[in-house]
Amino acid sequence: MPKDFGIGASTKRREDVRFLTGKGRYTDDINLPNQLHVAFLRSDKAHGLLKGVDTAEASRMPGVVRVFTGADFEGVGGLPCGWQVTDREGNPMQEPGHPVLARGKVRHVGDPIAAVVADTQERARDAVEKISADIEELPAVVDMRKAVVAGSPKVHDELTSNLCYDWGFVEENREKVDQAFAGAHHVTTLELVNNRLVANPMEPRVAVGDYTAHNGESTLYTTSQNPHVIRLLMGAFVLSIPEHKLRVVAPDVGGGFGTKIFHYAEEAFCTFAAREIGRPVKWTSSRSEAFVSDAHGRDHVTRIELALDADGVFQAIRTETFANMGAYLSTFAPSVPTWLHGTLMAGNYGTPLIYVNVKAVFTNTVPVDAYRGAGRPEATFQLERVIDKAAIEMGMDPAEIRRKNFITKFPYATPVAVEYDTGDYNATLEKLLSISDRDGFEGRLAASKAKGRLRGFGLNCYIEACGIAPSQLVGQLGARAGLYESATVRVNATGGVVVMTGSHSHGQGHETTFPQVIADMIGIDPGMIEIEHGDTANTPMGMGTYGSRSIAVGGSAMVRAAEKVIKKAKKIAAHLMEASEGDIELADGKFTVAGTDKELAWGDVTLAAYVPHNYPLEDIEPGLEETAFYDPANFTFPAGAYCCEVEVDPDTGAVTVERFSAADDFGNIINPMIVSGQVHGGLAQGIGQALLESCLYDVNGQLVSGSWMDYAMPRADDVPSFSVDHSCRTPCTHNPLGVKGCGEAGAIGSPPAVVNAVVDALRRAGHTHVTHIDMPLSPSRVWAAMNANG
Amino acid sequence: MKVSMKVNGTGMSGEVEGRTLLVEFLRGGLGLTGTHVGCDTSQCGACVVHVNGEAVKACTMFAAEADGAEVTTIEGMANADGSLSTIQQAFQDHHGLQCGFCTPGMVMSAAALLKENPKPTEAQVREYLEGNLCRCTGYHNIVKAIMAASGQAVEMTAAG
Repeated sequence: MPKDFGIGASTKRREDVRFLTGKGRYTDDINLPNQLHVAFLRSDKAHGLLKGVDTAEASRMPGVVRVFTGADFEGVGGLPCGWQVTDREGNPMQEPGHPVLARGKVRHVGDPIAAVVADTQERARDAVEKISADIEELPAVVDMRKAVVAGSPKVHDELTSNLCYDWGFVEENREKVDQAFAGAHHVTTLELVNNRLVANPMEPRVAVGDYTAHNGESTLYTTSQNPHVIRLLMGAFVLSIPEHKLRVVAPDVGGGFGTKIFHYAEEAFCTFAAREIGRPVKWTSSRSEAFVSDAHGRDHVTRIELALDADGVFQAIRTETFANMGAYLSTFAPSVPTWLHGTLMAGNYGTPLIYVNVKAVFTNTVPVDAYRGAGRPEATFQLERVIDKAAIEMGMDPAEIRRKNFITKFPYATPVAVEYDTGDYNATLEKLLSISDRDGFEGRLAASKAKGRLRGFGLNCYIEACGIAPSQLVGQLGARAGLYESATVRVNATGGVVVMTGSHSHGQGHETTFPQVIADMIGIDPGMIEIEHGDTANTPMGMGTYGSRSIAVGGSAMVRAAEKVIKKAKKIAAHLMEASEGDIELADGKFTVAGTDKELAWGDVTLAAYVPHNYPLEDIEPGLEETAFYDPANFTFPAGAYCCEVEVDPDTGAVTVERFSAADDFGNIINPMIVSGQVHGGLAQGIGQALLESCLYDVNGQLVSGSWMDYAMPRADDVPSFSVDHSCRTPCTHNPLGVKGCGEAGAIGSPPAVVNAVVDALRRAGHTHVTHIDMPLSPSRVWAAMNANG
Repeated sequence: MKVSMKVNGTGMSGEVEGRTLLVEFLRGGLGLTGTHVGCDTSQCGACVVHVNGEAVKACTMFAAEADGAEVTTIEGMANADGSLSTIQQAFQDHHGLQCGFCTPGMVMSAAALLKENPKPTEAQVREYLEGNLCRCTGYHNIVKAIMAASGQAVEMTAAG
């Protein structure tokens, strides 16, 4: 019988009960006494000179307490960027300022210009309409390739151009790669777009600032994936508040997907205004506001070339990518198209030579930063698409060309500077072919044909790098932060355990999975274990949750802290049982002495730690609480193989996903039910990117898809039920749990499978001129591809 | 103006403006924050409640329009003894929620669906949920939970 708790059990989530009964406490549920509300005036122009802001009438509106403009933030720092990339010549990227409220210029639709603080949200919004901003409109720069042409209007006048950086990786390999292409048997080339997306967590962002005069402390409640990072960035760089006078709380958070990592202007504004006014100040984003103020994702334009020998063995890869930064550098934006993208360009394959060039470009659009997968989906998409195209050109089977090039020996050092510790790509591919019933495809194809539909089968592999670390390495790569994680394990006198973690759960289920690990280590009832996260006041400095790092890095920190606790508890037990420390064993909540029948309950030892009457005080201190900071030795490298079967309506070009299968290797797994759920969600986002979602700007920089009326979110009948398998497991070799992380795999691995399947469907139906269609594969694009003169 | 309504079986009243939406009154006026606001175009369904037994997006109705009505919110869905109702329990059993933000609306919509169609097919569940967005689950386990709540056999939590 399967376990119902402990590592490997599909334990039901304890946090569900509060969410299912309406007792969750999200940031918008927090209302403080005497609270005020803020509404922002945002630019409706993509680019313009801000010549003046007249707030006189707004200030006289009912309920208005104060109106702020950029001038009020003269003495305040700008929003900092947390990662500095250096260009091909070793020069630092161009790094423009990012004011909390616009000064001198507006640079994207949604750029905040002024803010009204009033007694109700409605009155604040009413008063915003009475502010008059004098904006002299300038030509907007929207297209990245036009933005870097000489003479293009500049987003930031103080910079030499709109080019943030021109990055080459690995620059020393450039000539060797060029030589390999010059002598290649075959070169497959593909130009493609990785469409701009909006993360769209269901909970819009919210910030509540508070200031208590008696102790001079500021508190920010915010919808964040990493409250400590917000405390550090906002305190140190924007508002000059030391950490001990600034508390950041991220309570229940309704999804993040990357867009709630970053430090935003509204957080700094509410904290600042609360101190200025002396009353709490709350901002709740509307969905429409989220579209023009949440950092967007993806938005790459890429040309990729793959050189092959006559047998289809990969010889070299060369890419050139334009990556949109938007109008300002969001917190981690520069790292996404570089260190989170170029380092993954080897994929699952032993290509010996790789060169990646990325030009990051400023445009008059909302800042772009990490969105679920962040750089890795962009790498996977181009690589797996160009491989499918190469298979077509070489007359090879898509599975066979991949198999032929798989890395099979580990550890494996890629030519793009990372070392994969473990993996078994043949195992996940074979598992995929089995669970997807590839052998039955012909029968399903015939059935589709019989009802007048085209049918296609697409597969791909993926690899990702999770648990971003180690700190020394990322520091060399330009990170302005460490990337460890922390945990404090506090054992109370009566034996209950509280784990205070720097990781943050916004749907991942840490309150269930983290106790599963501790319960196994000690052997106590999981009801005795509590997880605290999200409040800088009672958790150690941590880096938060993103990049599938919680269990791999945060879980490891927790294990290390628990090991320290257990080591100390064994010393106490040894003293109490008059035995040698080395003979003490802990299992099922009992300490025993090897080779004897002596035993002590967990609670007896924990009580002794706090009532140290009979206690080795000369050797150890009372109490039972330990903290660990865990800095991993390497990334983790989950990998897998995905496939998609689609039907296409030949009359309309409409695509339906009929089957989707995923075979993942996540290493060891704590809770299989939660892991499957993470994959399901990622798949829906990836299918959404491939078929539905498009964040579209017109030539004037107006956001055309700025609400859920216009931006096509995947709905329940847009996706099928999924077939998900994670039985292939090659444990990570360098963390104590052997785990790899699973949060982003679905979103990384699924877009190429969908596009590969649609291209396959069209080619099987005789449209052999079709080798690629850009995402999203809307009916009109698919229909146009089918009907293009080939 | 003053409005009065029976919410989760208890008579409640409060002062609202003409423009106050039902969801604003429930959250702000009555402190029933289980009902969520995910959008401003009535697309997401996070605010679904039952008004006189019908599923309604509480952002599409003024509080004043609900004067005198019987309203049920997520806070009123558990059994009388406080245990989870069949639908709520199915969501937990089948991992039909992650961040929990869309969940109240999903549960309220699921309850309305099963009242209307006690044994829906998977396709009918997916079609009915057109008005409820979820960004976390990919809908897979929500559909499974609703099928299970309807008493129909479903594969248990995906392991392996």
